Amino acid sequence: MFNMHAAAIIAVCAIVTVALRVSPFIIWSGERTTPKYIMWLGDVLPYAIMAMLVVFCLRNISFDSVVNWAPAIISVLVTGVTQVVKRNSILSIIVGTICYMLLIQVM
Amino acid sequence: MYNRNETIKKALIDSLPVLAGYIVIGIGFGIILQSHGYGIGWAVAMSVLVYAGSLQYVAIDLISGGASLITTAVTALMVNARHLFYAISMLKTYRDMGKAKAYLAFALTDEVYSLVCTIDKDKVPDGVSKKAYCIFLSLFCQCYWVVGSAMGSLIGAALPFELVGIDFAMTALFTAVLVEQWLSGENRLSAVTGAIVSILCLLAFGPDNFLIPTMVLITIALTVEKKFGLMREEVHDV
Repeated sequence: MFNMHAAAIIAVCAIVTVALRVSPFIIWSGERTTPKYIMWLGDVLPYAIMAMLVVFCLRNISFDSVVNWAPAIISVLVTGVTQVVKRNSILSIIVGTICYMLLIQVM
Repeated sequence: MYNRNETIKKALIDSLPVLAGYIVIGIGFGIILQSHGYGIGWAVAMSVLVYAGSLQYVAIDLISGGASLITTAVTALMVNARHLFYAISMLKTYRDMGKAKAYLAFALTDEVYSLVCTIDKDKVPDGVSKKAYCIFLSLFCQCYWVVGSAMGSLIGAALPFELVGIDFAMTALFTAVLVEQWLSGENRLSAVTGAIVSILCLLAFGPDNFLIPTMVLITIALTVEKKFGLMREEVHDV
Protein backbone atom coordinates (compact mmCIF):
# COMPACT_ATOMS: atom_id res chain seq x y z
CA MET A 1 0.00 0.00 0.00
CA PHE A 2 1.38 3.41 -0.95
CA ASN A 3 0.17 6.31 1.17
CA MET A 4 0.19 9.49 -0.94
CA HIS A 5 -0.30 11.80 2.06
CA ALA A 6 2.66 10.30 3.93
CA ALA A 7 4.82 10.59 0.82
CA ALA A 8 3.83 14.26 0.39
CA ILE A 9 4.72 15.04 4.03
CA ILE A 10 8.12 13.39 3.60
CA ALA A 11 8.69 15.37 0.38
CA VAL A 12 7.86 18.69 2.10
CA CYS A 13 10.18 17.83 5.03
CA ALA A 14 12.96 16.99 2.57
CA ILE A 15 12.52 20.17 0.47
CA VAL A 16 12.42 22.53 3.49
CA THR A 17 15.46 20.87 5.08
CA VAL A 18 17.51 20.99 1.88
CA ALA A 19 16.53 24.64 1.35
CA LEU A 20 17.73 25.57 4.86
CA ARG A 21 21.03 23.74 4.49
CA VAL A 22 21.87 24.78 0.93
CA SER A 23 20.53 28.35 0.54
CA PRO A 24 23.43 30.11 2.38
CA PHE A 25 25.88 28.49 -0.04
CA ILE A 26 23.88 29.88 -2.96
CA ILE A 27 23.28 33.35 -1.43
CA TRP A 28 26.86 33.87 -0.24
CA SER A 29 28.96 31.93 -2.71
CA GLY A 30 32.60 32.94 -2.27
CA GLU A 31 33.99 34.53 0.89
CA ARG A 32 34.31 38.05 -0.56
CA THR A 33 30.54 38.46 -0.64
CA THR A 34 30.01 37.00 2.85
CA PRO A 35 29.51 39.84 5.35
CA LYS A 36 31.94 39.80 8.29
CA TYR A 37 29.04 39.92 10.73
CA ILE A 38 27.55 36.73 9.23
CA MET A 39 30.94 34.98 9.52
CA TRP A 40 31.21 36.09 13.16
CA LEU A 41 27.71 34.77 13.86
CA GLY A 42 28.65 31.44 12.33
CA ASP A 43 31.66 31.34 14.64
CA VAL A 44 29.91 32.05 17.97
CA LEU A 45 26.37 30.73 17.36
CA PRO A 46 27.07 26.97 17.57
CA TYR A 47 27.80 27.20 21.31
CA ALA A 48 24.50 28.95 22.02
CA ILE A 49 22.58 26.69 19.62
CA MET A 50 23.89 23.51 21.28
CA ALA A 51 22.62 24.81 24.64
CA MET A 52 19.30 25.53 22.94
CA LEU A 53 19.13 21.97 21.57
CA VAL A 54 19.53 20.51 25.07
CA VAL A 55 16.69 22.74 26.30
CA PHE A 56 14.69 21.75 23.17
CA CYS A 57 15.10 18.05 24.04
CA LEU A 58 13.89 18.75 27.59
CA ARG A 59 11.03 21.05 26.51
CA ASN A 60 8.24 18.68 27.47
CA ILE A 61 9.26 17.81 31.03
CA SER A 62 7.03 19.30 33.70
CA PHE A 63 7.84 20.16 37.29
CA ASP A 64 4.43 19.12 38.65
CA SER A 65 5.81 16.07 40.39
CA VAL A 66 9.30 14.70 40.87
CA VAL A 67 8.56 11.70 38.60
CA ASN A 68 8.08 14.05 35.63
CA TRP A 69 11.44 15.82 35.76
CA ALA A 70 13.87 13.77 37.86
CA PRO A 71 14.68 11.01 35.32
CA ALA A 72 15.56 13.47 32.53
CA ILE A 73 17.40 16.01 34.72
CA ILE A 74 19.38 13.33 36.59
CA SER A 75 20.26 11.60 33.30
CA VAL A 76 21.43 14.90 31.74
CA LEU A 77 23.68 15.46 34.78
CA VAL A 78 24.97 11.88 34.59
CA THR A 79 25.70 12.39 30.86
CA GLY A 80 27.50 15.67 31.55
CA VAL A 81 29.58 14.33 34.45
CA THR A 82 30.54 11.24 32.41
CA GLN A 83 31.68 13.54 29.60
CA VAL A 84 33.76 15.68 31.99
CA VAL A 85 35.43 12.61 33.51
CA LYS A 86 35.91 10.39 30.44
CA ARG A 87 35.79 12.86 27.48
CA ASN A 88 34.15 10.09 25.43
CA SER A 89 30.86 11.03 23.74
CA ILE A 90 29.73 7.48 22.88
CA LEU A 91 30.25 6.40 26.48
CA SER A 92 28.41 9.47 27.84
CA ILE A 93 25.44 8.89 25.51
CA ILE A 94 25.15 5.19 26.37
CA VAL A 95 25.54 5.77 30.14
CA GLY A 96 23.03 8.66 30.07
CA THR A 97 20.44 6.78 27.99
CA ILE A 98 20.66 3.60 30.10
CA CYS A 99 20.39 5.75 33.23
CA TYR A 100 17.21 7.36 31.81
CA MET A 101 15.65 4.05 30.74
CA LEU A 102 16.28 2.58 34.22
CA LEU A 103 15.03 5.67 36.09
CA ILE A 104 11.68 5.84 34.25
CA GLN A 105 11.15 2.17 35.11
CA VAL A 106 11.90 2.49 38.85
CA MET A 107 10.45 5.97 39.55
CA MET B 1 50.51 13.74 -1.43
CA TYR B 2 46.89 12.66 -1.22
CA ASN B 3 46.54 9.26 0.39
CA ARG B 4 43.05 7.88 -0.16
CA ASN B 5 43.29 5.15 2.46
CA GLU B 6 44.64 7.51 5.14
CA THR B 7 41.81 9.93 4.39
CA ILE B 8 39.12 7.23 4.59
CA LYS B 9 40.69 5.88 7.78
CA LYS B 10 40.69 9.28 9.49
CA ALA B 11 37.11 10.01 8.36
CA LEU B 12 35.99 6.61 9.63
CA ILE B 13 37.68 7.00 13.04
CA ASP B 14 36.43 10.58 13.49
CA SER B 15 32.88 9.54 12.56
CA LEU B 16 32.74 6.82 15.24
CA PRO B 17 31.26 9.11 17.95
CA VAL B 18 28.33 9.68 15.59
CA LEU B 19 28.01 5.94 14.84
CA ALA B 20 26.66 5.09 18.30
CA GLY B 21 24.35 8.11 18.39
CA TYR B 22 22.96 7.60 14.90
CA ILE B 23 22.49 3.85 15.27
CA VAL B 24 20.74 4.31 18.63
CA ILE B 25 18.60 7.30 17.58
CA GLY B 26 18.01 5.71 14.15
CA ILE B 27 16.82 2.50 15.79
CA GLY B 28 14.48 4.54 18.00
CA PHE B 29 13.11 6.27 14.90
CA GLY B 30 12.65 3.01 12.99
CA ILE B 31 10.90 1.36 15.94
CA ILE B 32 8.41 4.23 16.38
CA LEU B 33 7.74 4.54 12.63
CA GLN B 34 7.17 0.77 12.43
CA SER B 35 4.72 0.97 15.35
CA HIS B 36 2.65 3.42 13.26
CA GLY B 37 2.43 0.93 10.41
CA TYR B 38 5.21 2.26 8.15
CA GLY B 39 7.87 -0.34 7.43
CA ILE B 40 11.50 -0.42 6.40
CA GLY B 41 10.96 1.17 2.95
CA TRP B 42 9.50 4.31 4.55
CA ALA B 43 12.24 4.44 7.21
CA VAL B 44 15.02 4.20 4.62
CA ALA B 45 13.33 6.72 2.27
CA MET B 46 13.01 9.29 5.07
CA SER B 47 16.57 8.79 6.29
CA VAL B 48 17.96 9.13 2.75
CA LEU B 49 15.82 12.11 1.65
CA VAL B 50 15.14 14.12 4.84
CA TYR B 51 18.18 13.11 6.94
CA ALA B 52 17.26 15.18 9.99
CA GLY B 53 16.79 13.29 13.25
CA SER B 54 14.43 15.45 15.29
CA LEU B 55 12.32 16.41 12.25
CA GLN B 56 11.92 12.74 11.28
CA TYR B 57 10.60 11.99 14.78
CA VAL B 58 8.17 14.91 14.49
CA ALA B 59 7.17 13.83 10.97
CA ILE B 60 5.89 10.52 12.37
CA ASP B 61 3.34 12.53 14.38
CA LEU B 62 2.49 14.66 11.32
CA ILE B 63 1.91 11.59 9.14
CA SER B 64 -0.17 9.66 11.67
CA GLY B 65 -2.08 12.81 12.69
CA GLY B 66 -2.99 13.69 9.09
CA ALA B 67 -1.30 17.10 9.18
CA SER B 68 -1.64 19.52 6.24
CA LEU B 69 1.34 20.25 4.01
CA ILE B 70 1.40 23.89 5.21
CA THR B 71 1.64 22.74 8.84
CA THR B 72 4.35 20.32 7.78
CA ALA B 73 6.36 23.03 6.00
CA VAL B 74 6.16 25.45 8.94
CA THR B 75 7.07 22.71 11.42
CA ALA B 76 10.02 21.60 9.30
CA LEU B 77 11.17 25.22 9.05
CA MET B 78 11.00 25.66 12.82
CA VAL B 79 12.54 22.38 13.83
CA ASN B 80 15.41 22.68 11.35
CA ALA B 81 15.96 26.46 11.24
CA ARG B 82 19.25 26.01 13.12
CA HIS B 83 20.64 24.24 10.04
CA LEU B 84 20.66 27.64 8.30
CA PHE B 85 23.24 28.78 10.86
CA TYR B 86 25.28 25.62 10.46
CA ALA B 87 25.46 26.27 6.72
CA ILE B 88 26.44 29.92 7.31
CA SER B 89 29.24 28.93 9.68
CA MET B 90 30.54 26.39 7.13
CA LEU B 91 30.62 28.83 4.18
CA LYS B 92 34.36 29.42 4.56
CA THR B 93 35.33 25.81 5.23
CA TYR B 94 33.30 24.44 2.31
CA ARG B 95 34.23 27.33 -0.01
CA ASP B 96 36.56 25.32 -2.26
CA MET B 97 34.67 22.02 -2.33
CA GLY B 98 33.36 22.33 -5.91
CA LYS B 99 30.42 20.16 -6.90
CA ALA B 100 30.71 18.12 -3.69
CA LYS B 101 29.48 21.24 -1.87
CA ALA B 102 25.89 20.30 -2.81
CA TYR B 103 26.05 16.97 -0.93
CA LEU B 104 28.17 18.38 1.91
CA ALA B 105 25.55 21.11 2.45
CA PHE B 106 22.67 18.62 2.27
CA ALA B 107 24.41 16.33 4.79
CA LEU B 108 25.05 19.09 7.36
CA THR B 109 23.15 17.61 10.31
CA ASP B 110 23.71 18.54 13.98
CA GLU B 111 26.22 15.76 14.48
CA VAL B 112 28.10 16.15 11.19
CA TYR B 113 28.29 19.85 11.94
CA SER B 114 29.73 19.16 15.40
CA LEU B 115 32.50 17.14 13.69
CA VAL B 116 33.38 19.50 10.82
CA CYS B 117 32.93 22.90 12.51
CA THR B 118 36.42 22.75 14.04
CA ILE B 119 38.18 21.29 11.00
CA ASP B 120 39.82 24.58 10.00
CA LYS B 121 41.38 24.88 13.46
CA ASP B 122 42.56 21.27 13.57
CA LYS B 123 45.79 20.12 11.99
CA VAL B 124 45.07 17.88 9.00
CA PRO B 125 47.64 15.01 8.91
CA ASP B 126 49.90 14.52 5.89
CA GLY B 127 48.21 12.75 3.00
CA VAL B 128 44.69 13.60 4.15
CA SER B 129 42.68 15.73 1.71
CA LYS B 130 40.28 18.06 3.52
CA LYS B 131 37.73 17.82 0.71
CA ALA B 132 37.76 14.01 0.48
CA TYR B 133 37.79 13.81 4.28
CA CYS B 134 34.61 15.92 4.54
CA ILE B 135 32.88 13.91 1.81
CA PHE B 136 33.68 10.53 3.39
CA LEU B 137 32.80 11.78 6.87
CA SER B 138 29.40 13.07 5.68
CA LEU B 139 28.73 9.90 3.70
CA PHE B 140 29.68 7.56 6.59
CA CYS B 141 27.42 9.46 8.97
CA GLN B 142 24.42 9.26 6.63
CA CYS B 143 25.08 5.53 6.16
CA TYR B 144 24.96 5.02 9.95
CA TRP B 145 21.67 6.92 10.09
CA VAL B 146 20.09 4.94 7.22
CA VAL B 147 21.34 1.61 8.62
CA GLY B 148 20.15 2.53 12.14
CA SER B 149 16.68 3.45 10.84
CA ALA B 150 16.45 0.20 8.86
CA MET B 151 17.60 -1.81 11.90
CA GLY B 152 15.01 -0.08 14.09
CA SER B 153 12.29 -0.89 11.60
CA LEU B 154 13.26 -4.58 11.61
CA ILE B 155 13.65 -4.67 15.41
CA GLY B 156 10.29 -2.91 15.83
CA ALA B 157 8.64 -5.56 13.68
CA ALA B 158 10.29 -8.39 15.68
CA LEU B 159 10.24 -7.11 19.30
CA PRO B 160 7.42 -8.33 21.53
CA PHE B 161 7.94 -5.38 23.96
CA GLU B 162 8.72 -1.64 23.79
CA LEU B 163 12.11 0.02 24.45
CA VAL B 164 10.73 2.87 26.56
CA GLY B 165 13.03 5.87 26.92
CA ILE B 166 15.44 5.14 24.09
CA ASP B 167 14.68 8.57 22.63
CA PHE B 168 16.76 10.09 25.45
CA ALA B 169 19.80 9.24 23.33
CA MET B 170 19.20 12.46 21.38
CA THR B 171 19.27 14.53 24.60
CA ALA B 172 22.40 12.74 25.78
CA LEU B 173 24.12 13.41 22.45
CA PHE B 174 23.52 17.18 22.56
CA THR B 175 24.49 17.27 26.25
CA ALA B 176 27.79 15.51 25.57
CA VAL B 177 28.60 17.91 22.68
CA LEU B 178 27.69 20.95 24.81
CA VAL B 179 29.89 19.77 27.70
CA GLU B 180 32.76 19.06 25.30
CA GLN B 181 32.41 22.58 23.81
CA TRP B 182 32.44 23.99 27.34
CA LEU B 183 35.62 22.08 28.20
CA SER B 184 37.30 23.57 25.11
CA GLY B 185 37.07 26.90 26.98
CA GLU B 186 35.92 28.89 23.95
CA ASN B 187 32.83 31.09 23.69
CA ARG B 188 31.43 30.06 27.07
CA LEU B 189 29.41 33.28 27.22
CA SER B 190 27.68 32.16 24.01
CA ALA B 191 26.70 28.82 25.60
CA VAL B 192 25.44 30.57 28.76
CA THR B 193 23.48 33.06 26.64
CA GLY B 194 21.95 30.21 24.63
CA ALA B 195 20.89 28.35 27.77
CA ILE B 196 19.35 31.39 29.50
CA VAL B 197 17.51 32.68 26.41
CA SER B 198 16.19 29.18 25.58
CA ILE B 199 14.81 28.64 29.09
CA LEU B 200 13.21 32.11 29.20
CA CYS B 201 11.62 31.60 25.76
CA LEU B 202 10.43 28.12 26.71
CA LEU B 203 8.66 29.62 29.73
CA ALA B 204 7.27 32.55 27.70
CA PHE B 205 6.20 30.81 24.46
CA GLY B 206 5.69 27.18 25.51
CA PRO B 207 7.28 23.97 24.21
CA ASP B 208 5.69 24.08 20.72
CA ASN B 209 6.55 27.65 19.74
CA PHE B 210 9.79 28.69 21.45
CA LEU B 211 12.42 27.74 18.85
CA ILE B 212 12.04 30.69 16.46
CA PRO B 213 11.89 33.43 19.15
CA THR B 214 14.82 31.73 20.90
CA MET B 215 17.00 31.85 17.80
CA VAL B 216 16.09 35.47 17.03
CA LEU B 217 16.80 36.54 20.64
CA ILE B 218 20.06 34.55 20.84
CA THR B 219 21.28 36.38 17.72
CA ILE B 220 20.30 39.76 19.20
CA ALA B 221 21.79 38.97 22.64
CA LEU B 222 25.14 37.83 21.20
CA THR B 223 25.29 40.92 18.98
CA VAL B 224 24.63 43.20 21.98
CA GLU B 225 27.29 41.36 24.01
CA LYS B 226 29.71 41.94 21.12
CA LYS B 227 28.85 45.67 21.02
CA PHE B 228 29.68 45.89 24.74
CA GLY B 229 33.00 44.15 24.14
CA LEU B 230 32.03 40.97 26.02
CA MET B 231 32.43 38.70 22.99
CA ARG B 232 35.60 38.41 20.97
CA GLU B 233 35.30 40.25 17.67
CA GLU B 234 37.61 38.53 15.27
CA VAL B 235 36.55 35.67 13.04
CA HIS B 236 38.60 32.49 13.18
CA ASP B 237 41.19 32.36 10.40
CA VAL B 238 41.93 29.24 8.40
